[in-house]
Amino acid sequence: MSIFIYAGSMQFVAVDLLATGAGFLQVILMTLMVNIRHVFYGISMLGKFRNLGAKKPYMIFSLTDETFSLLCTAEPPKNVDRNWFFFFIALFNQLYWIVGSVVGGLLGSSFSFNTQGIDFAMTALFVVIFVNQWREAKSHVPALVGLVCSLVCLLLFGADNFILPALIGMVVLLSVFRGRLDRPEEGAAT
Amino acid sequence: MNGAIRALLVIAFVALVTFFTRLLPFVLFPEGKETPPYVKYLGKVLPFAIIAMLMVYCLKGTSLLEWPYGLPELIAVAAVVVLHLWKKNTLLSIGVGTVLYMLLVQFVFIT
Repeated sequence: MSIFIYAGSMQFVAVDLLATGAGFLQVILMTLMVNIRHVFYGISMLGKFRNLGAKKPYMIFSLTDETFSLLCTAEPPKNVDRNWFFFFIALFNQLYWIVGSVVGGLLGSSFSFNTQGIDFAMTALFVVIFVNQWREAKSHVPALVGLVCSLVCLLLFGADNFILPALIGMVVLLSVFRGRLDRPEEGAAT
Repeated sequence: MNGAIRALLVIAFVALVTFFTRLLPFVLFPEGKETPPYVKYLGKVLPFAIIAMLMVYCLKGTSLLEWPYGLPELIAVAAVVVLHLWKKNTLLSIGVGTVLYMLLVQFVFIT
């Protein structure tokens, strides 16, 4: 699953779907619900993924939350080809994921070290990227829109259902603010 | 249907639909054609909003109404922010933040 699906939360859901014997239609709808957020990642990467040539299909396939977030702020060092840099971020991300899945599968039961709280690494990653973006951004409005929309939708729709309403809310609000935010001098910064 | 084949089909469906959600924008707005300015604008501002959302997503399970009132999360996130503003070292911020959080939930704010 880590090779072909490669979508963390969906793989957990898939285990559930396998175990409960869900119908194929349910599998398809569930996957759409859980992963529809990727559409918005793709929209954000339209500019960055231009001229990737043969690497593009893999880059699209491997556009997970984590890869997306790294690609948001990562800038290649000088003398490094930009496209290969992005490609290796995506590839290594998946390799770590596969290695992690295999090790977890093999050693999962014999592991005695208390890992409670280790999932905070993911939170910390997004916090770090948020801080980076906050420092680089010409306007803090998009970040604040995202934060407010997510928090409001979390309260309104609950932890399991807030992602899609939050994304829609963001698009609506960002469209409202477009007159203010979409100025030519701020363009081309993708 | 044979159990193994059924499982493979489920995985195949999940993989296909997942790839479809990632592929859709690139099919709708191919490189050859000019992307509408509105979509370009969204592509420019959405990353900031989405990272904020992912941050909230990670913390969605935190309960503010019962012990420990989200304190471990608050302390650890604050530590990551301060450390990152100060040292600007991604791995250090994530590493220290994670270890701090693990210590907090395992030894300080035991539930």
